[in-house]
Amino acid sequence: MQTTPVKKTPLSAAQIRQLLDDCLEVEFSFLRTDTAVTILAGLERAEQDYILTWVQRVASTNIQLAYQFITRAVNALDNMDRRMIESWALYAMDTYDQAGLHKALAIIRNLDDFVRLYHQKTAGAVYEENASVLLHFARGLSGRRLQLQESSLTYTDSETIYLPAVVSLLDTPQENFLVYKAMVAYHWAQARFGTFHLQLGSILDEQPEAENFLSLFHALDTVRLDAILQRELPGLARHMRRIKQQLQQTPSASFLQLANELVRPRSTVDDVLRLTRRYLHKLDPPSPCFYQGVLQPQEVEECRQQRLQKEKRQFRSVLRKLVEELKGLDIDEQKHHRFETRPKHRHYEMPDELELTLDGQAVPLPDNVKGLITSIVQDLGEIPAEYLQPAGAGEYQPDIFGEKNPDPDDVWKGTYHEKGAFLYKEWDFRRQHYRKNWCAVREKEIQPVYDTFIGKTLNKYQGLIKHLRKTFEAMRDEDRMLKRQVQGDDVDIDALVEALADAHDGREMSDRLFTRMHRSERNIAVIFMVDMSGSTKGWINEAERESLLLLAEALETLGDRYAIYGFSGMARKRCEIYRIKEFAQAYNEEVKARINGITPQDYTRMGFAIRHLCHILNQVDARTRILITLSDGKPDDYDNYRGEYGIEDTRRALIEARRDGIHPYCITIDKEAREYLPHMYGAAAYTVIDDVRQLPLKVADIYRRLTT
Amino acid sequence: MPARILKPEEYYIKTEPYYQAIGDEIAVFESAYRKKLPVLLKGPTGCGKTRFMEHMAWRLGKPLITVSCHDDLTASDLVGRFLINGGETVWVDGPLARAVRAGGICYLDEIVEARKDTMVVIHPLADDRRVLPMEKVGELLQAPDDFCLTISYNPGYQSVLKDLKQSTRQRFVALEFDYPAEDVETDIIVKETGISHELAAKLIKFAHMTRNLKGNGLEEGASTRLLVHAAKLISDDVTPITACHSAIAQALTDDAEMLAAIDELSSSLF
Ligand SMILES: Nc1ncnc2c1ncn2[C@@H]1O[C@H](COP(=O)(O)OP(=O)(O)O)[C@@H](O)[C@H]1O
Ligand SMILES: [Mg+2]
Repeated sequence: MQTTPVKKTPLSAAQIRQLLDDCLEVEFSFLRTDTAVTILAGLERAEQDYILTWVQRVASTNIQLAYQFITRAVNALDNMDRRMIESWALYAMDTYDQAGLHKALAIIRNLDDFVRLYHQKTAGAVYEENASVLLHFARGLSGRRLQLQESSLTYTDSETIYLPAVVSLLDTPQENFLVYKAMVAYHWAQARFGTFHLQLGSILDEQPEAENFLSLFHALDTVRLDAILQRELPGLARHMRRIKQQLQQTPSASFLQLANELVRPRSTVDDVLRLTRRYLHKLDPPSPCFYQGVLQPQEVEECRQQRLQKEKRQFRSVLRKLVEELKGLDIDEQKHHRFETRPKHRHYEMPDELELTLDGQAVPLPDNVKGLITSIVQDLGEIPAEYLQPAGAGEYQPDIFGEKNPDPDDVWKGTYHEKGAFLYKEWDFRRQHYRKNWCAVREKEIQPVYDTFIGKTLNKYQGLIKHLRKTFEAMRDEDRMLKRQVQGDDVDIDALVEALADAHDGREMSDRLFTRMHRSERNIAVIFMVDMSGSTKGWINEAERESLLLLAEALETLGDRYAIYGFSGMARKRCEIYRIKEFAQAYNEEVKARINGITPQDYTRMGFAIRHLCHILNQVDARTRILITLSDGKPDDYDNYRGEYGIEDTRRALIEARRDGIHPYCITIDKEAREYLPHMYGAAAYTVIDDVRQLPLKVADIYRRLTT
Repeated sequence: MPARILKPEEYYIKTEPYYQAIGDEIAVFESAYRKKLPVLLKGPTGCGKTRFMEHMAWRLGKPLITVSCHDDLTASDLVGRFLINGGETVWVDGPLARAVRAGGICYLDEIVEARKDTMVVIHPLADDRRVLPMEKVGELLQAPDDFCLTISYNPGYQSVLKDLKQSTRQRFVALEFDYPAEDVETDIIVKETGISHELAAKLIKFAHMTRNLKGNGLEEGASTRLLVHAAKLISDDVTPITACHSAIAQALTDDAEMLAAIDELSSSLF
């Protein structure tokens, strides 16, 4: 029998109307879909299905947005292919997430703008896609560690290089990437080779025609920096010249003639300033070239002032720490010691690389201190004498490089902002796409609680703990003696006797005559992710705390590396991870008290917690990485995380985890869990415990089974 | 050159291995040797520790016995073991025992990689007893004055497991190795490979770029060894960008974006 693919019959106008009415909630919204229905009815079924699916996805985000989408889409079908429609819808939804309905509607309405942008993006280079390569590139260049950020203006404030979202100046993505690269290198050179040694802001203040002055200065400085780039990065400089010619941005010969002295290796920004003064009004600057961006003297100055203060403080704190470490001295005695710097390597165009000495002896420095010295010298050309005084008692900052993270609680007392948070994506199953930077995640401390609970628990389970210790001890990395090996540390006497007997009888002698020690290495790292949602109040919370104590006691004998974190949340902007025991932390009274301090909080948003803890797990060097969740129910949160959305996001997060080589496992006491856990964790990766009181007994046992 | 078979303790180095001294390490080593003190070489991989040992062995006219330690290396691998020959058990010395008997220089490379039980045999050799316990034959081997124990260790690996214990490190005279200054490293590359000074200088610059990325996505920057590899390819007419990619970038990372960035850095230079 022959089968031909059945072409599905198109949907009728009535059917389409019904579908649209449903997903746009026309009954309440009174949106008019007549035109859309008419046009859609004339399409083939595949086409209809495709458009309707996307309307549904957009409608899951916002109905108005979906309405506008269908209204425009049906008219634009001839000019747009599927990929373009998709990215149009996604772009609008992302915009909705980030900037609200108004901005998102604008994207849908200004289809022409989008089409232009789309073409730009396909032939152009997009910041987001190239950011991490560019960042590595920038950090490979010498000097201060730079940041990159997207912005409508191209410039640097001396710490961050701001770059456009899309570059579509040239014909191909490769060529446009080179434009980005040139921008990064040029602005790196500005910061690295002294453009900001001048207080350009105050110089401009004295200028009646500040704007002309600035553009001439900028053009002349570009001549100087181009020459430096030619010497430092000749391969890139070649491309920059070529593209400049292609875009006809090469300055006139007469301009280059007058600026010629800036090409010399020893010329500085002071020479640029001198020439600017000399030629102001006499010389028209060439129009800006494609990579030079703009100068923002004010921002540079603010950034620099802040940095100078911060780094001076940090540097003097470092010295104090060094004195204490190196000499083991009391605080008052340090006055007799002298810090100095001396050049380690000489450079022409950059400040010399310095080495720090204490009483004439070179001091070995950790990398972050080297970076600090580089940054200071980049600003000041040296380490000034007043920096070389170790910080006094009152000025000392023990946590020198810890960028002071705002206390998460404080952040939320004020108005909402996302400073100091990790941002994670979240899967929206209706949209069939991630929502970017959707969850703001913060790590918080748990207050240790010192009371009788710990003692009582350890007492109550004394017997069990002893049993667990013994079982876990047996699982430890143990050298096992392998017998009858071809090679080994010792002679296997039994085998030898047999072999000799064989030889005696004229049989062939075995060559497996040795014993060898074989080490089976566990090399496991595990994180326990503990549900701290409000629903755990009471019994469950107590069972969780007991289980964790027992587990920790057992794990201590086993030697696996483990960490414990709690999680809870209240809507996406307030996702919280509670540190109970970090990997590097030893299990001690304080950790016990923090386990005891676990208290029920808000809701059960799970995706962010899995993503964040996997991020932590990924940084641990272990052969096997495991994430074990202790929970009492399905994912649930205050916003629309309830139901399918939360389950699907959690499932996604677990798929991501497995893709990273992490083994997720779930222990739950929710009796209904069998309905959703197999879908989320897979059939073999969870256990449902029917009686809460069984939890402490079971958890350690499950861990044992899981890891042997 | 056909392969030759040598017993390790007969491995005398006859011609001077090229070694460019960075500081006073040669003098310190000689002095430690005279005073019969064991030596610890600290420093990242590929910065000249092995070459230094070859040079010192030549200088002192002693055989050099090198053992590269790995995570399966046991005390028996160092000291020796029984083998069976025609129904008889015979004792066979391990490299460390041979070095002690011959009065040679024993270099245990990357000692922290070895199993913990190796320390048990090293410690008595490394203090003023200078004996090697040979438990299985029930003997103590007293080291002659010529014998010298040197171990190496890379403090860059931040893992607690791979840290050298105080009880071990406090027995040794420590020499710190690091990548040489630019001009010195350039000289080394030129002398080792014969490429032009200009190209060598660019390679060094490239190396510094990768070293800037240490802790920013790379575990380690390019070592002198990798530069020598790249330079050898270049001297055989591989283009510098390809040489940097194959001999350096690929050796440093598998991360696609990092590889792309490193390629961007080298193509900016050459
Ligand atoms: N100071 C030096 N003098 C001469 N060659 C050196 C020096 N430092 C490094 N090299 C070169 O680098 C290569 C790798 O050095 P090696 O001694 O094997 O490193 P390590 O033992 O520290 O890992 C050597 O083969 C040699 O070519
Ligand atoms: Mg080596």
